[in-house]
Amino acid sequence: MALSDQEILSGLGDIIEEIAGVPAADVTPEKSFVDDLDIDSLSMVEIAVAAQDQFGVEIPDDELKNLKTVKDVVVYVQGKGVSA
Amino acid sequence: MSTSVVVTGLGATTPLGGDVASTWSALLAGRSGVKSIEADWAKDLPVRIAATIAVEPSEVLPRHRLRRLDRCQQFALIAAHEAWRDAGFAFGDEEAAEGFRVDGDRLGAVVSSGIGGIITTLDSYDTLREKGWKRVSPFAVPMLMPNGAAGQVSIEFGAKAGAHALASACASSAEAIGYGIDMIRAGRADVVIAGGTEAAIHQLNLAAFASMRAMSTRNDEPERASRPYDKNRDGFVLGEGSGIVILESEEHARARGARIYAVAAGVGYSADANDIVQNDADGMAKAMGRALTDAGLEPSDIVHINAHGTSTPIGDVGEIKAIKKALGEAAGRIVVTSTKSMTGHLLGGTGAVESIATLLALREGLVPPTINIDDLDDEVDLDIAQGEPRKLPGGPAAALNNSFGFGGHNVCVAFRRHQS
Repeated sequence: MALSDQEILSGLGDIIEEIAGVPAADVTPEKSFVDDLDIDSLSMVEIAVAAQDQFGVEIPDDELKNLKTVKDVVVYVQGKGVSA
Repeated sequence: MSTSVVVTGLGATTPLGGDVASTWSALLAGRSGVKSIEADWAKDLPVRIAATIAVEPSEVLPRHRLRRLDRCQQFALIAAHEAWRDAGFAFGDEEAAEGFRVDGDRLGAVVSSGIGGIITTLDSYDTLREKGWKRVSPFAVPMLMPNGAAGQVSIEFGAKAGAHALASACASSAEAIGYGIDMIRAGRADVVIAGGTEAAIHQLNLAAFASMRAMSTRNDEPERASRPYDKNRDGFVLGEGSGIVILESEEHARARGARIYAVAAGVGYSADANDIVQNDADGMAKAMGRALTDAGLEPSDIVHINAHGTSTPIGDVGEIKAIKKALGEAAGRIVVTSTKSMTGHLLGGTGAVESIATLLALREGLVPPTINIDDLDDEVDLDIAQGEPRKLPGGPAAALNNSFGFGGHNVCVAFRRHQS
């Protein structure tokens, strides 16, 4: 069964809290990683690896640089349509 | 007359306590910080004891910070925060932050490590082999590099006058304090965060030091294993931790009404240019002599020496000879101690933690005992503090802290009581 947007958002919130120390509740769709959540490029690499573990979706480096907001990641993971 | 440099803040996290106060009271009480290593990885090693940190960084720092700092960097940041607060400085950009605001361009950070982020190096290699390159942390490089702690401390406190990491094995953090003194004397900084850190309790390091036959194997009696000057000493005990001091020009400290612990009066260096792992008495004596000259002190001014005294059969006696050679007949009137009998050997953290013990001994007039001396080595014919803390005379006085490192590095830091 595919994950819902809400499940992806919630999982992403936990990952970001663990890696960057941003409270999961602050990880809302419209937030920009760099401008709003103060997450740097090395942390994004860690987040991408953790997301792959959790959602089974690999995010290549050339895709990662296009994912600017939380919603971008949710849409990307959802678009790959991998079952949990 | 060169600029006078004083110590205005102290911070430490050690096998005896998570701060300076708890470490100092344990030293005075003669309490050992050495424990058995219960982990499985130790069971086939000849050495199964170590002086592990008393307060884990996970009890102090948030998780997201822990994961991008090597353990040695975690220790250094914890000690540096204590020293910073202790000096009465404001932290952070908030207007409301209490304390004196230091000009970042006049602030230096000199934080050494003997080995650097060795646990990150080794754990990352395990990760690489077991899980592949993508699982190696993108922070592995800044975590494993030996200047990582200096960089992290400079970022944390905004130290822009310079960030430096001097590596001289077990003399590293004494050298860091010396370099900090020199930065202020040279006019490059008014305040320097100086010290060192080490976190090297790992299977590989224990195996490597054990392979040198340098370590105590008194596994059945951890608390009795580090026993400098005792006839039956059989090597050092590996410890971990960090010590940081705030060095400040006396002029800057006086202008802001700071509390002054002691004068960081001078530093002496020498290199043996002889053996890579066995420091020689001539070199040690030269470092002490040069520290006296640099500090403008006479041997008769010295009331106390915090010795390097690691509990190795050869090293301890060599240092005793060196003290006599450097200080002549005054040596017999000096109270000598090795606090490594309690902390174990903190490698790159040792010079700073022991400098703190040295200047507190001067300030409080009390020298912590060397513990575990059941039978004093016949060749140790100086006044070693044993049993209760030893009282020092009042009035003007000075003390030395010796640190010697593999590579033939000898460093001696001289502290003097501050006369207001």
